Amino acid sequence: MRVAGKGLIDRNTSLSFRFDGSTYRGFAGDTLASALLANDVRMVGRSFKYHRPRGILTAGSEEPNALVTVGKGGATDPNVRATVQEVYEGLEARPQNAWPSLGFDLLSVNDLAAPFLGAGFYYKTFMWPRAFWEKVYEPAIRRAAGLGALGPVKDEDHYEKAYAFCDLLVIGAGPAGLMAALVAAKSGAQVILADEDSLMGGRLNAETLEVDGKPGSLWVAETIKALSAMENVRLMTRTTVTGAYDGGTFGALERVGHHVPDMPKGGVKETFWRIVVKRSVLAAGAIERHIAFQNNDRPGIMGAGAVRAYLNRWGVAPGKAVTVFANNDDAHRTALDMVDAGVHVAAVIDSRADAKALGDYRVIAGAMVSGSSGRKRLEAVSVQTGAGVENIMTDCLAVSGGWNPTVHMTCHMNGRPTWNADIASFVPTPGSIPGMEVAGACNGAFSTAACLSEGAAAAKASLKAMGMTIADVALPSAEDTPYAVSPLWAVPGKGRAWLDFQNDVSVKDVKQAAVENFTSVEHMKRYTTQGMATDQGKNSNVTALALLADATGRGIPETGTTTFRPPFSPVALAALGAGAQGAGFAPERKTTSHRASVGMGAPMIAVGLWYRPSYFPTAGETTWRQSCDREVGYVRKAVGVCDVSTLGKIDIQGPDAAKLLDFVYTNMFSTLKENRVRYGLMLREDGFVMDDGTTARLGPNHYVMTTTTAAAGQVMRHLEFVTQALHPEWDVRIMSVTEQWAQFAVAGPKARDLLNGLLDETLDVEAWPFMACGPVSVQGVQGRLFRISFSGEHAYELAVPSRYGDAMFRQLLAQAEAMDGGAYGMEALNVLRIEKGFITHSEIHGRISAQDIGMGRMLSQKKDFIGKTMAHRPGFLAEGREQLVGMKPVGAVKQLTAGAHIYSDGEEPVRAHDQGYVTSVAFSPTFGHYLGLGFVQNGLSRHGEVLNMVDHLRGIQTRVELCDPVFFDPEGGRTRG
Amino acid sequence: MRLRCPICGERDVREFYYQGAAVMLERPAPDAGEAAWDDYLHLRENQPGDFEELWSHDAGCGAWLKVVRNTATHEVKSADLAAGGKG
Amino acid sequence: MRFSGLKVLAEGLTGNKGWGPHWRSPEPKAEYDIVLIGGGGHGLATAHYLAKVHRLTNVAVLEKGYLGGGNVGRNTTIVRANYMLPGNSEFYSHSLKLWEGLEEDLNYNVMHSQRGIINLVHSDGQRDAFVRRGNMMVGQGDDAEMLDEAGVKKLLPMIDFEQTRFPIFGGLYHKRGGTARHDAVAWGFARSASDRGVDLIQQCEVTGIDVEGGVVKGVQTTRGPIRAKKVGMVAAGRSSQVAAMAGMRLPIESHVLQAFVTEGLKPCLDHVVTYGMGHFYISQSDKGGLVFGGDLDMYSSYAARGNLPLVEHVTEAAMTLMPQIGKARMLRSWGGIMDMSPDGSFIMDKTDIDGLFVNTGWCYGGFKATPASGHTFAHLLATGTPHETTVRHRLDRFRTGAGIMDEESTGSQHNLH
Repeated sequence: MRVAGKGLIDRNTSLSFRFDGSTYRGFAGDTLASALLANDVRMVGRSFKYHRPRGILTAGSEEPNALVTVGKGGATDPNVRATVQEVYEGLEARPQNAWPSLGFDLLSVNDLAAPFLGAGFYYKTFMWPRAFWEKVYEPAIRRAAGLGALGPVKDEDHYEKAYAFCDLLVIGAGPAGLMAALVAAKSGAQVILADEDSLMGGRLNAETLEVDGKPGSLWVAETIKALSAMENVRLMTRTTVTGAYDGGTFGALERVGHHVPDMPKGGVKETFWRIVVKRSVLAAGAIERHIAFQNNDRPGIMGAGAVRAYLNRWGVAPGKAVTVFANNDDAHRTALDMVDAGVHVAAVIDSRADAKALGDYRVIAGAMVSGSSGRKRLEAVSVQTGAGVENIMTDCLAVSGGWNPTVHMTCHMNGRPTWNADIASFVPTPGSIPGMEVAGACNGAFSTAACLSEGAAAAKASLKAMGMTIADVALPSAEDTPYAVSPLWAVPGKGRAWLDFQNDVSVKDVKQAAVENFTSVEHMKRYTTQGMATDQGKNSNVTALALLADATGRGIPETGTTTFRPPFSPVALAALGAGAQGAGFAPERKTTSHRASVGMGAPMIAVGLWYRPSYFPTAGETTWRQSCDREVGYVRKAVGVCDVSTLGKIDIQGPDAAKLLDFVYTNMFSTLKENRVRYGLMLREDGFVMDDGTTARLGPNHYVMTTTTAAAGQVMRHLEFVTQALHPEWDVRIMSVTEQWAQFAVAGPKARDLLNGLLDETLDVEAWPFMACGPVSVQGVQGRLFRISFSGEHAYELAVPSRYGDAMFRQLLAQAEAMDGGAYGMEALNVLRIEKGFITHSEIHGRISAQDIGMGRMLSQKKDFIGKTMAHRPGFLAEGREQLVGMKPVGAVKQLTAGAHIYSDGEEPVRAHDQGYVTSVAFSPTFGHYLGLGFVQNGLSRHGEVLNMVDHLRGIQTRVELCDPVFFDPEGGRTRG
Repeated sequence: MRLRCPICGERDVREFYYQGAAVMLERPAPDAGEAAWDDYLHLRENQPGDFEELWSHDAGCGAWLKVVRNTATHEVKSADLAAGGKG
Repeated sequence: MRFSGLKVLAEGLTGNKGWGPHWRSPEPKAEYDIVLIGGGGHGLATAHYLAKVHRLTNVAVLEKGYLGGGNVGRNTTIVRANYMLPGNSEFYSHSLKLWEGLEEDLNYNVMHSQRGIINLVHSDGQRDAFVRRGNMMVGQGDDAEMLDEAGVKKLLPMIDFEQTRFPIFGGLYHKRGGTARHDAVAWGFARSASDRGVDLIQQCEVTGIDVEGGVVKGVQTTRGPIRAKKVGMVAAGRSSQVAAMAGMRLPIESHVLQAFVTEGLKPCLDHVVTYGMGHFYISQSDKGGLVFGGDLDMYSSYAARGNLPLVEHVTEAAMTLMPQIGKARMLRSWGGIMDMSPDGSFIMDKTDIDGLFVNTGWCYGGFKATPASGHTFAHLLATGTPHETTVRHRLDRFRTGAGIMDEESTGSQHNLH
């Protein structure tokens, strides 16, 4: 019911919205909750466990009951708080967790079975028969549980992330926060003022209090106007600061587009901010707590402060006959405001014997509400007075058990709040968050005057800490009414009195937990699920732990609290993970030949962050194997071209460059001649192989190292570590040049002929033996040529500056094709290297020693190197290690598969008989059968043995003969020729 | 968490790679014996409180830093170049 | 008192007045045969098996906070036996078998749910590595199958197969893997151990370990000295601190691992999914919350809380993999302290001090090990020799280089697993 003349809504802008299939009207400035109350809609949801009818409880983000689903299709947004969702033209909201309908919910039968479904009942049953848990009990529980449902398709809304920096972050824009921001801003600090509401002002918009002799909401408007005119101030409405993290970093969620009708395509729904600050002021206010009594959860039973907020801010009376139940003076304001607005107040029931009316309404002092009636909307309450039980007809009960300071964020960095008996609440412990001052109601200071002065003081303390001059800002006058409260947690009596409304935790459950020895507050929480609902216990935790303290005969401080953890209020994953949908998750690295490869129809495969061509299909080929076999043939018979630019390339220069290489490689590099290349093996300090590759000496103090594609970053960081941390005295500089050079393998018997057709000077056969390197000129472009081979053929790698890469690849390709060769991709490259027994990270997978791959001889005896000592630990030299072998199929089945295990011949293929495993396989067109590489116990000395290869997963079993891993041209004549 | 790289200034921790105990700077001689190497690579005091550790400004300048940080509170006390000096 | 559906029914009809404490809260005695330092999942499980298997009940579990308050109370509840390396393979296989009988063993519904785990595969090389793992699992007697892309689509329709950054080639499917209700595991072991006579002593912090002539004699606690013939250190997250009381340094660095849960949602994800390229894994709890996590924050920490970079990275992985969950709201995040060993595998051994035993280095995989850790540590404490499934998990394996179990192949130094 709207109340004329009240509220900060725009009565000239009427909006149409739908809820639960009906169309309603609201005004601009309404939340869904205020508009529903204005339309006399009481039941808006069902509880989690017993599916009890529930109405709107609060007027803020802590709402546990009024959760709805907004939007459709890819914009479906479940679990939206009706108290936060602003009404816009065309808003469409639906109730959730009720079937078939909100009014008639079949699962409300759970409520009748409640005696059997108390706290922790499920730990005691559903154990028999065993198979029934997964098949019967659990599926039923899962279907019944949960709140809203995700949309049927992927999220179609847009989200963003952003950074902000400031001197002072003020969290909350009530009187304390506004005052803090004003003082800091006038003193010249860079200020961010963030508030979760769409309208700043906090309780000043919800009360009829005055500030500076004018209505509080007017003072708020003027103050915001002043702040928004200042360049050093950023005002962030609809922005919830969600977490306090180390180093002055805060997370914050800005709800950018949830109130916007007809969102333009690509319009941002939410932005997740990382705000980095020098200092902060927490002015987050307080949250009213409930009082537990029998059936205290009926639609129409609300927080007293919320009832006032609906009247004063939104011009809505949540009932025709309002009753107040409280243990403190503050709640009497609800009665006063209602009376002033002409709404009937049935009574104020105050548990304090000395309570008096502060205006024209009936007070029943020393009394308590002991029950209520009305299933889907409140109809009456029963009141226990000294004289007996009185029934009061009422459709709205405004309850206040006092206020809990919003201490949550002060606990995000392991702070624990302190119990303050004067206000019967927890308050922040000073110093809980480095650099944070706490002011106003969240610090337990409840009067407007106290909020204003604490806000100013917090700003001054922050400015002082930053060494800034403090501007003189006058404190406005305001009420300074003392907060008078007398603790009342639960009304004694029978029946179920609710604490955690959403999770349906009752006073009985807490007591039952204590009886069952779940007396630690954490045990109670976990056993009863108290405080684990979407409000994270904001409405009920303090009450629950007070009752636990009572049940266990301890005080509240000894009982302690559970830990508040980020986020302060829940944050959409789409906002936290903004930008990562689809390909946005990680950078995509492409070589200079990417476009040409794609143009040739090559399927591009992801290799780490890189994309490389798998193979290059030609007309008539229907399987990748056909293409691969053909490409292998190019290299073995003519010439093939392959982009190898993804290999890491590190430029190393300086007088001590050779020392560095000797130290990071197991073998010697200082002895390498200029214009020569050497294969090197690199260990981690733990003695296992880290990487391998070739390094070329381009000059007396100049080397270029290649790494594998996978380990490029790791090796670079490793070299930085060695040069900066272990040997800063060495005069050597390193630089990653992976992206500066495009590099192509040219491999095959015709490789030299191909290059001679391209290079500005013909290659001198004597000057370019195997493992030679040097500068070359390619059509006037200065490049580098390395005579190295990863295929076992006569081969080169030609490097040119990246900007020529695309042209170079196309030219190389054209030349190769003219010589009956062509491009080869990853598949062929893999076949070629397996035929030749070359290892990749499939073999040097991190658990492998140099000895395991038959490279023990490469561990130099003449020098120290990284990993040397640990590579000689007893365990590395022990009998029985798995060593690299080649494998050939010799049984009836001729297929080898990578990942298969090797078992003793003739024995059952179980772990006890496990001898090793296959790392790489390829069908070799050169040999006409499969080849494999793998590791087998003592494999180096078992060549010729026949074992059993079993791939349980692929259902393949074959007999394999162990052999030398170099299948093709073991003498190396082709490479050197 | 934020670290002040002596070269680049204060940056978010997401720019840095973590290595662990700064004891890794004190590499033993190859023949220092099993115990010395076990100490170097494996055994750690690992108590809560101030801890000397190594970070690399991996997504920045590549500098290796020796940082003193409290492992109970995450408070960063200092960050210097592992190489010493001002880089 | 025996728990059953019938008992729940009977109590429901008579006002639920017959329920008693799940465990006793005794005063500590002056002396025990065995004192276990740490009342987390592994300590409580050890107590249960000491009493049940070895009939040793003159045992105390000392817990500085509340029972099950460590990592057993704050993990992502995944139970699996999909290890690749000898040592781990047989241990986790043993553990899964214990899980499969745990409810009957404990008479406590720990809600062990074998809903299946799928490790997604993004490349041919990764498929081969997972096949190797799967073959080890089958060779060990556990279950594993390789799904192709269509197979994954059928089980996980919410994945964005078309646009996700790293292609989904398939997945290693471990049907017997799943989840359990983590707190209930701690409580079930506690109740059983207490019923069998073990003293569970909460709010009792060990402040010193008494050693005389190389032999352990007992412990000092905030509730007075307690003599003991044997002492087992089972204080995951605090292992180095406890070991320091005996003058020991462990091959352990402590790190923080965060985990996350969303608000409750109607069922949308039936299985546990891991996404290696994004360091991301997720499942849906029986209450409807999506429970997920990722990698370590990557810095040493005793703070039991993390920072935003990891929070963002994990949710970014979620968004590229299954953008449908974008509207789910993160309700809570938390962090636990992980005892990281150099090779990523646990340590269970005697120490150089006679009568002092260590159980540590569970990294971020301790929950699924809870029953077997208890079972095998009880064996070690009772018999003085390692159980057959933990013979490789020696404290000196890093020094000797023998028996290193580096499942993730990132190294056997503190390179962060």
